[in-house]
Amino acid sequence: MDDGKKKRIVLTLESDLKSVEIVETTAEAYARDAGFDEDTTSNISMVSREAAVNAVLHGNKRDASKHVIAVFEITPEQLRISISDEGGGVNPDTIPDPLAAENVLRPSGRGVFLMRAYMDEVHFRQLTPGMEITMVKRRV
Amino acid sequence: MSMKFGTRHVSGVTVLDLSGKITLGEGSVTIRDAVREVLATGSTKILLNLADVNYIDSSGIGELVSALTAVKNAGGELKLLQLTKKVKDLLQITKLYTVFDIFDVESEALASYSK
Repeated sequence: MDDGKKKRIVLTLESDLKSVEIVETTAEAYARDAGFDEDTTSNISMVSREAAVNAVLHGNKRDASKHVIAVFEITPEQLRISISDEGGGVNPDTIPDPLAAENVLRPSGRGVFLMRAYMDEVHFRQLTPGMEITMVKRRV
Repeated sequence: MSMKFGTRHVSGVTVLDLSGKITLGEGSVTIRDAVREVLATGSTKILLNLADVNYIDSSGIGELVSALTAVKNAGGELKLLQLTKKVKDLLQITKLYTVFDIFDVESEALASYSK
């Protein structure tokens, strides 16, 4: 990709698992386009999947009348991915620390942790209604 | 590609050879069912061969943890064999690497089960 140009796409998706696949493959394509290596691209794709799963299952609760909005943007400095739902979203403050001894064997609750582990920035923004997760990976 | 698995019985251990993706809605349901089916046969020594699992997400990790708990509750042992770099990284970052018994060589894994 020409580093001086911007690339951006906005997807309005249904609240189902097919949308999760679309977010995952789009994130992978954008990460490649932004020039990230194979491991980093795979991690970006995976955490985008996590964000989409949260939006579909926990935010919109698979409500067919609600949508998931996914925005992918490459700038010269970074790849930015925003996933928002139209439901309650995931409140990051209520998620138990998955590394705490009492939580290590819990079967769930690691999605946001992985986003923070593999991306440079993760931001949550309350919408009315919904929750937006924005993840940033710097290119330099 | 979703997850596929084959089953082998070696030296009193049920080996599940998994391949593909362990993620929400596809692989993760299969792994749960596979382990449950093995336990239902009365076999409680289970080895998950992850050599061909090239992709796992937090749901997949959750399934591995659930499988471990289910097997322990049944009085058995569940161990992991031949992690790919991707799976190893995820288990390390989530502090689960030391929770599981993990082996690189199948014969060593099989020999480690209590007699």
